Amino acid sequence: MTALLEVKSISKAFGDFYANSDISMKIMPGEIHALLGENGAGKSTLVKMMYGVLRPTAGEFHWNGQPIVMTGPAFARELGIGMVFQHFSLFEALTVGENVALSLPKDLAMSDVNQKVREVSENYGLPLDPDRAVHSLSVGERQRIEIVRCLLQDPKLLIMDEPTSVLTPQEADRLFETLEQLSSEGCSILYISHKLDEVRRLCNTATILRHGELVASCDPSKETPRSLAEMMVGTKISSVSKADEVTGDEKVRFSTSNLTVPAEDPLGTDLKAINMSVRSGEILGIAGVAGNGQDELFNALSGEVLANGSDAVVIDGVAVGKQGINQRRKLSAAFIPEERNGHAAVGDLSLSRNALLSTHATSPNQRRGLIDDGALRGYVDEVVKHFDVRASKDNANAASLSGGNLQKFAVGREMLREPGVLIVSQPTWGVDAGAAAVIRQALLDLASRGAAIVMISQDLEEIFEVSDSIAVISEGTLSEARPAKDITVEEVGLLMGGITGEGGDHVHAA
Amino acid sequence: MFMRLEARSEPSPIMTYLSPVIAVSVTVIIVGFIFVGMGIDPFVGLKTYFITPLAKLSSIYELLAKASPLVLIAVGLIFCFRANIWNIGAEGQYTLGAIFGGWVAVSFHESESMLLLPAVLLAGVVGGMLWAAIPALLKIYFKANEILTSLMLTPVAVLLLDYLVRGPLRDPDGYNMPESRFFPDAAILPTLFNSYSFHIGIFVSLLVAILATVLLYKAMLGYKVDVSGSAPRAARFGGFSSIRMTIIVFLISGACAGLAGTMEVSARTGQLIPTIPLGYGFTAIIVAFLGRRNPIGAVFAGLLLALSYMGGEEVQVKLQVPSDLTGVLQGLLLFLLLGCDTLINHRFVFSRKEIAHES
Repeated sequence: MTALLEVKSISKAFGDFYANSDISMKIMPGEIHALLGENGAGKSTLVKMMYGVLRPTAGEFHWNGQPIVMTGPAFARELGIGMVFQHFSLFEALTVGENVALSLPKDLAMSDVNQKVREVSENYGLPLDPDRAVHSLSVGERQRIEIVRCLLQDPKLLIMDEPTSVLTPQEADRLFETLEQLSSEGCSILYISHKLDEVRRLCNTATILRHGELVASCDPSKETPRSLAEMMVGTKISSVSKADEVTGDEKVRFSTSNLTVPAEDPLGTDLKAINMSVRSGEILGIAGVAGNGQDELFNALSGEVLANGSDAVVIDGVAVGKQGINQRRKLSAAFIPEERNGHAAVGDLSLSRNALLSTHATSPNQRRGLIDDGALRGYVDEVVKHFDVRASKDNANAASLSGGNLQKFAVGREMLREPGVLIVSQPTWGVDAGAAAVIRQALLDLASRGAAIVMISQDLEEIFEVSDSIAVISEGTLSEARPAKDITVEEVGLLMGGITGEGGDHVHAA
Repeated sequence: MFMRLEARSEPSPIMTYLSPVIAVSVTVIIVGFIFVGMGIDPFVGLKTYFITPLAKLSSIYELLAKASPLVLIAVGLIFCFRANIWNIGAEGQYTLGAIFGGWVAVSFHESESMLLLPAVLLAGVVGGMLWAAIPALLKIYFKANEILTSLMLTPVAVLLLDYLVRGPLRDPDGYNMPESRFFPDAAILPTLFNSYSFHIGIFVSLLVAILATVLLYKAMLGYKVDVSGSAPRAARFGGFSSIRMTIIVFLISGACAGLAGTMEVSARTGQLIPTIPLGYGFTAIIVAFLGRRNPIGAVFAGLLLALSYMGGEEVQVKLQVPSDLTGVLQGLLLFLLLGCDTLINHRFVFSRKEIAHES
């Protein structure tokens, strides 16, 4: 059988850096083909070339056996390639139907478009109301718009870039049903992911990338998650060890009561009456689908945005709701934001000057407004040593570090201060498995020394791996925290969907 | 054939400092060709433009006196530019400095007090700061773009000066000329070496440049400015208020421009006249960037730009070349500097075919 799309020795270089080198693979008609790899392995680069967004540096594509030059996304669509990106391109202020109409021929009447949307959404089990405005939809529903938009063009190959990273487990299940139906109708699917369970369940073939190179092709259902992970990462993965359980009589070190903060950004999420309390030695994991108020929560807990009342945030018995981030740091709190470059660190400053960013209020690195660069260098050396931060040269600029190393620096910078309260958002997002294990172990060790930790994360595996108790944030509301041992992944999934005790559909109707 | 710009993964740090040198060299070469186009021997032209003004000690003093306000204003602007605040209105702040300082000097025209000169300088600083505070506050309260507001306030300042010297501050014994009284001696900056040009304000400018270097590279203030400029979210994470930074950098820059303005009237004109604003506030923008947003760099860049003014006058007198050549040269210099910076951070990529086969 001829492959639908054959990739022949494709390479892509950005400057001196090869994001893909000499990759060859075949996508057969009707198969669900997984493209596996860690963040930065080159998956997105490869599919962007397949979709004509990027041009390869070398190599060629064959479509149904014929060599082709992918000149752009329009040409790819003409061939019958559809792509659902990780980040959606939708107009929030327009309706579902209007968004779909934008990618269709101009002379089509709106009523016809809406009719088509209804047909496709019914046929493929993708419930969507064409008259709803996009801004009122959940992320899962928005993804459906993108899928419907592709299906209307009758694709032969559908590329999905990390589709479940924004979905609750229940929404993901629905998506899998749709994909299986498409595949049975003869449409090939290229499924990009780093989640092993879903790949094993869904896909017939898997191509695994590591550091821009193809390392293996296999049938994922015949592999174990562990063997797939080891192919992906290239090393044996160490697991973290959890400390003893927290007893209920440790003192509360961090709490919020009725923390209510309106969103700064008009499209942001308002925080509504957030209550939490974290004891010494406890790690509270806050799960949730991206965009449900995690950023706003981090800003309010850190003091980057002030709370509605002084008592709304309490650190070690001191009411700090109306005090800024540096006052909170002086009470032994530390903060690690999600965004490494640009929030936790300044890319074009050296590591030592970045060490100053969060330590200037509490350490002797500056006196009477003058900076002690010698002391800062010493501080950076400590961080580098304890957290195995690898940089191209001594005291390099933050931007020159890889994502994982910069994250280890950002974590180590706060850990070294031995904080009593730590608020951390997405501690291992986009970090390789080795670094992730180091960071998670550091969090567990810090808690075992008596710190209270709040960890905001979208990674359920991580939440269950390190948390003592788990709460879920959904549309700016935080569920009651429950002990990790008493809550299941499914329950957390339902809470992520916004409602307790009901199915995952239409939960965002409010 | 395709040609496009691609970001370099690691721009060369040496080239970042060589960029002004290259830009200046190419500017000189192009100006040489302009001379050729005008039928003037380029070597004679260039020598007259760049060397002759340096031949006499008195012209060196004049060069320093011209560089002084350029450097001082540029040093203030560097704080703004590093904080990613685009204060384009230094010319207006300079003019207000001259007005405030001049007003104090004229108001006490019979005074012989030792305190008058410090009062004149201080008034100039205050005037510049007040004028700079307007775009700062408009930006904070109304999110008004500071490029537009600061620039638009400049002609307001210039016309205010014009009104004052024709109205309230006009010299009563001045035969209706649009000029203020002459300042009393106690309001004049002393000069040195029996020179008319070499006034002690030159040292003040140099001192401010050194102080600014320490503030920018060794003090928390400069650190906050840099962080605010390159990563606003990181600045908030560091607990640095963006409102406070906006106010501070505008006030520093207004103070420097105001001081430059009041020193200029005190040391050089000795009275308020409508032609005090000569464009130093705009030229200082070139000085700030040519000096790599570094105060010591600005000292050298200021000297070069001062030379461009003097060279322009020299070729006008000696070779009958229009002094507009100065503007052409300054424009070329800025253009080439920006071009060099672009090529240091990016490179051209040529590709003959849509898919190039490389090894």
